[in-house]
Amino acid sequence: METREPSRPGGGQGLRITQGTFSYLPDLSDEQILAQIQYGLDRGWAVSIEFTDDPHPRNVYWEMWGMPMFDLRDAMAALREVQRCREALPDHYVRVSLYDPGLTRQTTALQFIVNRPPHEPGFRLEREEGHDRVVRYTLHAYAADRPRGERYRGDGRG
Amino acid sequence: MLIEREPAPRRSRWASGVIPYKQMGYWRPDYEPEETDVLAAFRVTPQPGVEPEEAAAAVAGESSTATWTVVWTDRLTAHDNYRGKAYRIDPVPGTEPPQYLTYIAYKLDLFEEGSIPNMASSIIGNVFGFKAIRALRLEDLRIPGEYVKTFQGPPHGIVVERELLNKYGRPLLGATTKPKLGLSPRNYGRVVYEALRGGLDFVKDDENMNSQPFNRWRDRYLYCMEAVHRAMAETGEVKGHYLNVTAATMEEMYERAEFARELGSVIVMIDLTAGFTAMASMSRWARANSMILHLHRAGHATYTRQKNHGVSFRVLAKWCRLLGVDHVHAGTVVGKLEGDPASVRGYYDTLREDVVRRDLACGIFFDQDWCHLPGVMPVASGGIHAGQMPQLLHHLGEDVVLQFGGGTIGHPMGIAAGATANRVALEAMIQARNEGCDLIREGPEALRRAAAWSPELRAALEVWGDVSFEFESTDVPDVVNLPTPVAF
Amino acid sequence: MAAGGERPSGGARSFPPDLADSAGLWEEVVVEAPELLEGGPVEEVLGRLDRELVALHEVKRRLRELAALLLVGRLRRRLGLETASPTLHMCFTGNPGTGKTTVAMRMGELLYELGYVRKGHLVVASREDLVGQYVGHTAPRTREVLRRAMGGVLFIDEAYNIYRLDNERDYGQEAVELLLQTMESERGNLVVILAGYRDRMERFFSDVPGLGSRIAHHVDFPDYSLGELMAIARLMTREHRYRLSEEAEAALREHLRRRMRRPGFANGRSVRNALDRARMRQAVRIYEAVRRGRRLTAGDLFTIAGEDVEGRGLERGGARGGRGR
Repeated sequence: METREPSRPGGGQGLRITQGTFSYLPDLSDEQILAQIQYGLDRGWAVSIEFTDDPHPRNVYWEMWGMPMFDLRDAMAALREVQRCREALPDHYVRVSLYDPGLTRQTTALQFIVNRPPHEPGFRLEREEGHDRVVRYTLHAYAADRPRGERYRGDGRG
Repeated sequence: MLIEREPAPRRSRWASGVIPYKQMGYWRPDYEPEETDVLAAFRVTPQPGVEPEEAAAAVAGESSTATWTVVWTDRLTAHDNYRGKAYRIDPVPGTEPPQYLTYIAYKLDLFEEGSIPNMASSIIGNVFGFKAIRALRLEDLRIPGEYVKTFQGPPHGIVVERELLNKYGRPLLGATTKPKLGLSPRNYGRVVYEALRGGLDFVKDDENMNSQPFNRWRDRYLYCMEAVHRAMAETGEVKGHYLNVTAATMEEMYERAEFARELGSVIVMIDLTAGFTAMASMSRWARANSMILHLHRAGHATYTRQKNHGVSFRVLAKWCRLLGVDHVHAGTVVGKLEGDPASVRGYYDTLREDVVRRDLACGIFFDQDWCHLPGVMPVASGGIHAGQMPQLLHHLGEDVVLQFGGGTIGHPMGIAAGATANRVALEAMIQARNEGCDLIREGPEALRRAAAWSPELRAALEVWGDVSFEFESTDVPDVVNLPTPVAF
Repeated sequence: MAAGGERPSGGARSFPPDLADSAGLWEEVVVEAPELLEGGPVEEVLGRLDRELVALHEVKRRLRELAALLLVGRLRRRLGLETASPTLHMCFTGNPGTGKTTVAMRMGELLYELGYVRKGHLVVASREDLVGQYVGHTAPRTREVLRRAMGGVLFIDEAYNIYRLDNERDYGQEAVELLLQTMESERGNLVVILAGYRDRMERFFSDVPGLGSRIAHHVDFPDYSLGELMAIARLMTREHRYRLSEEAEAALREHLRRRMRRPGFANGRSVRNALDRARMRQAVRIYEAVRRGRRLTAGDLFTIAGEDVEGRGLERGGARGGRGR
């Protein structure tokens, strides 16, 4: 029996952050992004675009790229904002969230990454050894050592 | 003075001795249930010679105030209020010995607020062993909003769980560590790490993994949480392992849960065998400690499976939602464990929806309004694999944990590859569904397209693509046999 | 095989640069065009327009022309004879109440049926929706309107109001620029219809360079004749399940004849308002008559009598006619 590394969709050797619904698929094309957003709009959901260069799994509040967009009919309108955001922040993570305001939901219904930095250095796992073999764990994004806005710029692999 | 009165009955209702339950006021065909009543639907198989009305009255009596003989102390109470009232009987055609669907109404006063043990002791306490009844099954309960509101339900519920995990728009993926018994804590943690880094959201202790000589709980927790955090660093995602805290006493359960919390786990699990009280206590603890609570329904099939005797799982699902767990195993439709598609849909609706409408085809006997009590995430586990992803998504929807134990760990390229295969299959199916693809007709083709670029998925489909479990279910709704229902 | 079912990407033919070179060859290639046949969805939309709107013959003719152009354009695109998205922005000029908004609504449906927009809904906007009150307010507002209209038709009523040439500090300029830019870059995703009075629109085009060239189609909506207004009135009474008595018809005709000459007359809208008021008067008349002991019949409930029509009131107390358009 042979054991192999799982292939990561990006194909590179670096880490690929797998937050969001479609991170195990090849990066979505604009046409595919359009279809996913339209799926949400057809259900009356709002769209929002957010970005960050701090991809810690518990970083809930990514920066908002403008206000959430309500009442859209055509996903193209939101895709244009995705494109504007990507263009302005090519070395950031950008995600699209579709939000269901319905009673008893009132939460995000679909969320996926539409842009990532060219190289993702990943996380260092810090262990603080305590009593009786208890370990406290902290995740630390390597990129977060640098100031905001510069974290993924001109990183090693260029 | 002459007092006019009804002609005297053959025998006084209150004379000492034994009289039929029917005559004690437990059979009330004229009774119109009130909004606040708890309603129960029983499937009654009377002993030969016992007429159905008497059997129904006996069930109503034994599940409320009655004893076998007349007691004068009834008269110290507003006894009519406390009596269970059988108000309707429908024969189930084609049954031999004959079965009757019996509807019984109970006044809210009969139940202690927020106590499932009390409700269970009342409704299924003595009555199931009653001699005049050959077999008895509690099919469904209508729990009025007034009683629902005495519970807080799941510690978090589906919405908050998703927000805690930061995972939306797709089922969650899990796996049970295999072999379920025997691995040392260190080896056990390896399985957890591989499965999580490969793409699963959760790994799980099995129901009988508590604290055996080969794998004591504290050691297991330490290794598992090392694995969870390593996998988080590898993927940038929130990951979890359901640490089973089931133990012989509440004190030990709390001790284990506290330790899981100290190590930074997001979730713990308990077994149904711990009992309703332990479940409710852990629910409170989980809410107070921001911990997701997973329930394994270990042992339920001993009383939920047989159609003529026991308690339907849909009743158990209601109790679990009220007393408050975040996850409960509720069937897979396509896997190795019992559950026909319509019944399973009924269980899923009961756990997830806010208002569930009477639908006999899914085995739902009553409208049930949950009054915005959070939903429970159903868990589909047992004999499922990546090749069934289109059917799973079609039948079970999005708010569900799909657990692929063997389907992850048995992958020919290794555990992490098995996890990746499942995740790729899942994401490809969600993408296709959202793009308008019909999962049943076109899903398998979309799955093969994903397998073309994913070697892990390709291997999974090669190994398990054709495996299915086709057995007749024993517990199926008999809606076609039922008379036309009346609406309440 | 028939080229009709082929998609632009896969099925485009490779025509030579100069079509004259091989024109004969292509005469043999049959193209199937089921959408040109009777009973298609385009016919359905145009038919609805015919039924809904009285007269407007010139407008309807323009719409049919346009539909033909777009249909053939679609066939040509399918064969690869046309590649760029055509400019579809339009200008509707005419006085109030001449049917511009209704036609714009049908235009959205038509463009949707023809596959030129993805949704076909209509978003109606005016200056207040686009232009902000302070610095930095305008662009987000305009963008929001444009986003909502994406995939459909953006109808800007009295479009010239956006831009105030006499006020340099007005934020309208910013909205116009964004609009122009979007009309160009989103040609394939959004159709803009500018609407308003003809003379003011012409001035607007000369004030804003680059606007006129982005408008492909101009449609003029003439005022209705008295006969057409009466036809509209009959259509509306039928819709509301009423009947005009002979006297009422005469009175309404007289009322409209007067109103047409007054400023603020709004064609179809004035007819609707006159009828709404007549319904109100009819109700009051019936109410009072019954209280005086008169017997009520079913016919009373759907008949508008001569005395219910405003023209009568106008003669008695002239001031009342000035209200409402």
